[in-house]
Amino acid sequence: MAEIIFVGFGGQGIIKSGIITGRGASIFDNKSATMTQSFGPEARGGACSTQLVISDSKVLYPYVETADVLVAMSQAGYDKYEHELSEQGVLLIDEDLVKPKPPRDEIKIFSISATRFAEELGNKIIANVVMLGFFTAVTKLVSKEGMKKAVADSVPSRFVELNLKAFDRGFQHKKL
Amino acid sequence: MKANPKDVNTGVYYIDGDVSSGYGALAAGCKFVGGYPITPSTEAFEAVCRRGPLVGAMFIQMEDELGSIASVVGASWAGVKSMTITSGPGFSLMMETIGFGAMLETPFVLLNIQRGGPSTGVPTKTGQADMMQSRWGSHGDYELIAISPDSPQEMFDYTIKAFNLAERYRCPVMIMSDECVGHMTEKVVIPPADEIEVEPRRFYDGPINEYLPFKPDEDLVPPMVKAGDGYKLYITGLIHDERGYSIKNEEYKFIYTKRLVDKIRLNKDKIIELKEEETDDAEVVVVSYGISSRVAVRGIEKAREKGIKVGSLRLVTVWPFPDEKIAELAKTIKAFVVPEINYGQIAFEVERCSHGEANVILVPHGGAGVHNPDDICDAIEYAAKEKKRIEGVIEYKTKLEKLVFEEGYKLHE
Repeated sequence: MAEIIFVGFGGQGIIKSGIITGRGASIFDNKSATMTQSFGPEARGGACSTQLVISDSKVLYPYVETADVLVAMSQAGYDKYEHELSEQGVLLIDEDLVKPKPPRDEIKIFSISATRFAEELGNKIIANVVMLGFFTAVTKLVSKEGMKKAVADSVPSRFVELNLKAFDRGFQHKKL
Repeated sequence: MKANPKDVNTGVYYIDGDVSSGYGALAAGCKFVGGYPITPSTEAFEAVCRRGPLVGAMFIQMEDELGSIASVVGASWAGVKSMTITSGPGFSLMMETIGFGAMLETPFVLLNIQRGGPSTGVPTKTGQADMMQSRWGSHGDYELIAISPDSPQEMFDYTIKAFNLAERYRCPVMIMSDECVGHMTEKVVIPPADEIEVEPRRFYDGPINEYLPFKPDEDLVPPMVKAGDGYKLYITGLIHDERGYSIKNEEYKFIYTKRLVDKIRLNKDKIIELKEEETDDAEVVVVSYGISSRVAVRGIEKAREKGIKVGSLRLVTVWPFPDEKIAELAKTIKAFVVPEINYGQIAFEVERCSHGEANVILVPHGGAGVHNPDDICDAIEYAAKEKKRIEGVIEYKTKLEKLVFEEGYKLHE
């Protein structure tokens, strides 16, 4: 079982990231994935988080108790959720948006300029998908094929190509 | 009868509970949804709006919730399966017409994605504090049915069941879900139409001049006709006789009220659905519904790790209430633990039905979040240890309560 938290601002596609990862895991990798979310009344800008529990068997308890992975796209989100990351947890950050505290325990930090890469690809709205590519390469919790199918399934058809490019950009960053 | 293949979007989806319920309604043959969109139920409207036109279903955004529920009662009398979707404040506004619907024995489904209240409360976060309102919200004596799903898959399955029960017993059926289940996203498998059982409207098929709109069949439920099809139809919220004409005497009021109530009460065994686990040799049984049952699972696991014999009784159907089942369990166990996201609603029902034979421990929650599973585990532990029989409902002090009232929570930090 893996417990994952995505955090950021409303409008960054945080909840969409949860949906894409959950869809990849449950529809294409045939695991169980339960996604829950928390957001405020604002359409954009408010704190936003999504929790995802992925398991080989049916997910009964749907919430994260101790996160194995924290994906932070905003400083406020990082500050609020950092303590929920387990001692051996994996932290993924957009390095231009999040300045992490000195690492505690055996937490591993992986950084990417997701938003900047997205801007280079033509639209910062796909920063979350850049991050998902990176997430897939780092954590290997969901197969690359499953994630790419889930990305393609989750965005409007005219943006599929751009999103897959964004995904690959993030995925390749792991190797650099 | 099987579902119409045109109405069913068979497939495997990764969707939230709201959307799943919308798909379930359409698969059940719902052709009219009247409503006034409100968080956190909006996604259910969106699902109906997107898919409805493809299956000949209509959605009207009414001027408010009073209009919404009235449109649903009207559409049902016009002959189509109908539903409204709402949350707390809208639910309150609908109360009068829910009673009107019950009085006219109108089949319809109401989906309530509960949020924190009272009033506007906390729109984007959860609550389970409308449970008693769903049962007693409208004035007068009537019975209705309420179901509380705990996953997106169940939102699909039990929305269909809600329509079936509404048509079967000619009464309003409420789906008392909550923000957590409504906004929880999981895999939902929508089966082929020939695997979905739907209850058709029970239409009258006798001679046109002999139709009496409130003359019940043997099972106490009267058949319906479509308003506008040429039948003599007089329907009113006043107590009425079989013709629908107002009648005010004491004897008839008794007969009519008794039938409204009995058509549900006498069929309780057929209506009630429970999920019972490891209650056979249990010392403690956790009674839960909706999202709290998903959270209770973890609390129960933790208590079992400590060697406590704890069972689970999940109320899939909350109304009518399973009085007999609770009474039967009360005789064999030490205590019930009832976690709910309110300050005690179903816990008092459990206490009523346990007839003093078992302790009843409420694990309350103020809303805008769910229980900490540790609280449920601790309450189970306490329940198993307590030797005295304590009268009334025992309110368990949760970690959140201790944090807020004892450790000095700062409001503006």
